[in-house]
Amino acid sequence: MPGESYRRDQVVSIINSVISKISQPQEHSVDIIRQEIANLKDMLEDLRSQLSMTDVRNVHAEHIPSATDELDAVAGATEAATMTIMDACEKILQAQQAGAGDDAIEGEVTRIYEACTFQDITGQRIGKVVRTLKTIDEKIHALLRTIGDIAGEDRLPPAPANNDSLLNGPSSVQQGGLSQDEIDRLLGSF
Amino acid sequence: MPINPQTANILVVDDYKTMRLVIRNLLIQIGFRNIDEATDGQMAFGLIQDKAYDLVISDWNMEPMTGLDLLKSVRAANMNTPFIMVTAESKTENIIAAKQAGVNNYIVKPFSAEILKSKMTAVLGSF
Repeated sequence: MPGESYRRDQVVSIINSVISKISQPQEHSVDIIRQEIANLKDMLEDLRSQLSMTDVRNVHAEHIPSATDELDAVAGATEAATMTIMDACEKILQAQQAGAGDDAIEGEVTRIYEACTFQDITGQRIGKVVRTLKTIDEKIHALLRTIGDIAGEDRLPPAPANNDSLLNGPSSVQQGGLSQDEIDRLLGSF
Repeated sequence: MPINPQTANILVVDDYKTMRLVIRNLLIQIGFRNIDEATDGQMAFGLIQDKAYDLVISDWNMEPMTGLDLLKSVRAANMNTPFIMVTAESKTENIIAAKQAGVNNYIVKPFSAEILKSKMTAVLGSF
């Protein structure tokens, strides 16, 4: 029946039944064979509909590239912060050896504090990757259940919490995020 | 009336300890001394109801109460406490939502000490 979920063994059973009846047409009426073929058609239509609903196409086109972009950004931010901190430490040592004033050292200490903000942003980016992996996992489970490899059990993970649609975490300019100057202009326009 | 960094009360709200430490140390370098911390919006709202803060510096992404919800709660309680959002949320709809909720200024992470001081000056006046 259209809209009904079928297990793989049911599909196989009907296919075998149709093949069996077709191979022995003299033993079965055309109407019965026609009805079984119609049932098979309904099952295939339903399966195609369920497969299209799992919408796994964007896993390759969207989720994977998004996750790799985030991880690239994490690696980049970590490297940049490390370089800044190491550079600042080197300058502090040079300033001390040269007998420079407190202002020079304080300036470099400030740079170190600023660089440490990378930990917050990379943490949020990694959180986005984790959410992406969970989404991919859900889609795979839905696909496997549809094609019958997980029989009779609903093993889909729980749906993610309904987060505030505004919470997207760090966004690069390429991802539609605004720079500080653009934010200042936008605020000034109110 | 110009604000006095030595006596002004600042509240820093962020679920990341590192971030709170960074902002605290930057504020100390600028000259502020009375700095309280909260780990989420709910805790911050409790503190704000008990103490008059001259400025709240808040992250957005926190649980159980976000920085935006904290801001809305503060404004709904008819408190005009100056509020600066410091967050990685940088899309236009975020800025608009924060502005409509009554934010005084908005800093996108990562930020420098110079930016922080500049935005605080814009909100509080020279100090």
